[in-house]
Amino acid sequence: MIELDGLTKRFGAKTAVDHLSCQVRPGVVTGFLGPNGAGKSTTMRMILGLDHPTGGTVRIDGRHYRDLEEPLKYIGALLEARGLHGGRSAYHNLLCLAQANRIPESRVTAVLGLVGLSAVAKKKPKSFSMGMGQRLGIAAALLGDPRILMFDEPVNGLDPEGIHWIRNLMKALAADGRTVFVSSHLMSEMALTADHLIVIGQGKLLADTSMADFIQRNSRSYVRLRSPDRERLLDALAAGGLTPADAGGGVLEVDGVSTEEVGELAGRNGITLHELSAQRASLEEAFMRMTADAVEYQAHGDPAAPPPGRPRWGETSGFPAKGV
Amino acid sequence: MTAAHPQPPAQQPYAHQQQPYHQQPGGYAYTSPIPLRRAHLGDALASEWTKIRSVRSTLWTLGVMVVLMVGVGLLAAVAVSASGADLEGQSILLLGFYGMLLGSLCVVTLGVLTISSEYGTGMIRTTLTASPNRSRVLAAKAIVFFLLAFTVTTVTATVVGMAQSAIVDTGSSTGEEWLRATVGAGLFVALLGLLSLAIGALVRHSAGAITVMIGVLLLPLVAAMFMFSEQLETVRQFLFAYSVPSLLVAFYGDAGLTESGPHGWTPLLIMAGITAVALAGAFLALEKRDV
Repeated sequence: MIELDGLTKRFGAKTAVDHLSCQVRPGVVTGFLGPNGAGKSTTMRMILGLDHPTGGTVRIDGRHYRDLEEPLKYIGALLEARGLHGGRSAYHNLLCLAQANRIPESRVTAVLGLVGLSAVAKKKPKSFSMGMGQRLGIAAALLGDPRILMFDEPVNGLDPEGIHWIRNLMKALAADGRTVFVSSHLMSEMALTADHLIVIGQGKLLADTSMADFIQRNSRSYVRLRSPDRERLLDALAAGGLTPADAGGGVLEVDGVSTEEVGELAGRNGITLHELSAQRASLEEAFMRMTADAVEYQAHGDPAAPPPGRPRWGETSGFPAKGV
Repeated sequence: MTAAHPQPPAQQPYAHQQQPYHQQPGGYAYTSPIPLRRAHLGDALASEWTKIRSVRSTLWTLGVMVVLMVGVGLLAAVAVSASGADLEGQSILLLGFYGMLLGSLCVVTLGVLTISSEYGTGMIRTTLTASPNRSRVLAAKAIVFFLLAFTVTTVTATVVGMAQSAIVDTGSSTGEEWLRATVGAGLFVALLGLLSLAIGALVRHSAGAITVMIGVLLLPLVAAMFMFSEQLETVRQFLFAYSVPSLLVAFYGDAGLTESGPHGWTPLLIMAGITAVALAGAFLALEKRDV
């Protein structure tokens, strides 16, 4: 369990992290999402006690990082910037960390095997590919068999096989009952891995929600329409209480309605349709919309509130929104 | 432990799906089979010893130092022996000075690299994640480096001194002379290396810190050489007496480069004082800074 309470970090006049309060819980993969420069890495460095917070506190299982006896046994981290010595063999890089926390030397061999680097244990990381370097970083994070794992942008620079491996690893670690906290700027990646989401923008908390909830709220579903008889269709939709949006190229989009309803409406009015399809906006788009709002909302002072006028999909129903 | 959005559970029929940790009452936290104990300085020392012996720069700097000390030392002894030059009552061990002075550059380099390479590679973040007690990390580094530098310089100086005594056949040196030219000079050079380590921790950049240290080593002496003005005579004398090479040479004879300069074991105290101040600064900076 990681608890952030009013965590704030200022670099001169720039506020990188702004009164961030949230909890990262065990047993699930928690995605830490935000555009580049949102303060994700700074937050992670503060969790590890590397950066001193300007204000607020971080607690790891209820304690300050500095008070952990052998921190690698509590929390393992893969930071975005390479954190190992390129000129020291993979084995010795891990061995010096193990010794600092009195982790048995056999663990070094074990984690190298776990990440598939046994064959290059005596090689220097500077000769490693990006993916191998990332695996070595993960081996370092797993060294103390910690109950909390933190990965900063772990899939960066990995090939599809590596990405697949890391996703499964994170899920397996969470299934063990560990706390897994993983940052990314890619919503699509998080959608595949995370059970819970913490979204920040401009250092402020934008959302702290389950993935299922986030998808329901944010994946806007709409019906896409094309008709040679555009004017009559617009009239018919208006008469049916629907407000279509012009998407250009003769395409109309109608929010919050099913294809059946629109099809029947067109049929009753004898309007020819060239296209009638159900569409779902991508989560990436929803995420971008949310973080773009963050900038706007900084000026108004309440970053956590959803933007007004935007429908909150699925808010009142346990099922995807339908009907009007 | 619910999400930050204030929603009554009644409105979330799917709540049990999104929060599986609620399904694991009580024992959700993973517990490792690896036992937990409190890490101490001994663990940090073991870690730093692994670090310093597993990089090539240690072998290179110390290797070059030994080669320089042995090479220059033997060359000087052979030259003196061949020319039959008179040492004017100075101890034969003085011949070890030149090798030690050149070798000290290697110790300086290793001292800086011991800490600055951590910043250069980003290893420092991993190191401090494993050992959040930053002072303990710096203390362990300082101890491991100091003992290694002291041992290698002292042992090499002793071997070179014995070889020189064997080659040049002009009387024997006293025990006190031996002690100062081996242990004394070794301690002095190791302290100089420790000063470099402190500068490395403050500057956090290998090339920058090594440049600073070469300046510390050579600049006072070079500056003194070019102080022709009468008004600067006092400054000039001071720089001559207290530059690092003058302090080091004091371990090989009765006085330094100048009559009035520090002699005996005083240079060691001077270097220890300067190093202590720089190390204190390094401890403070390391504690205060973000990494």
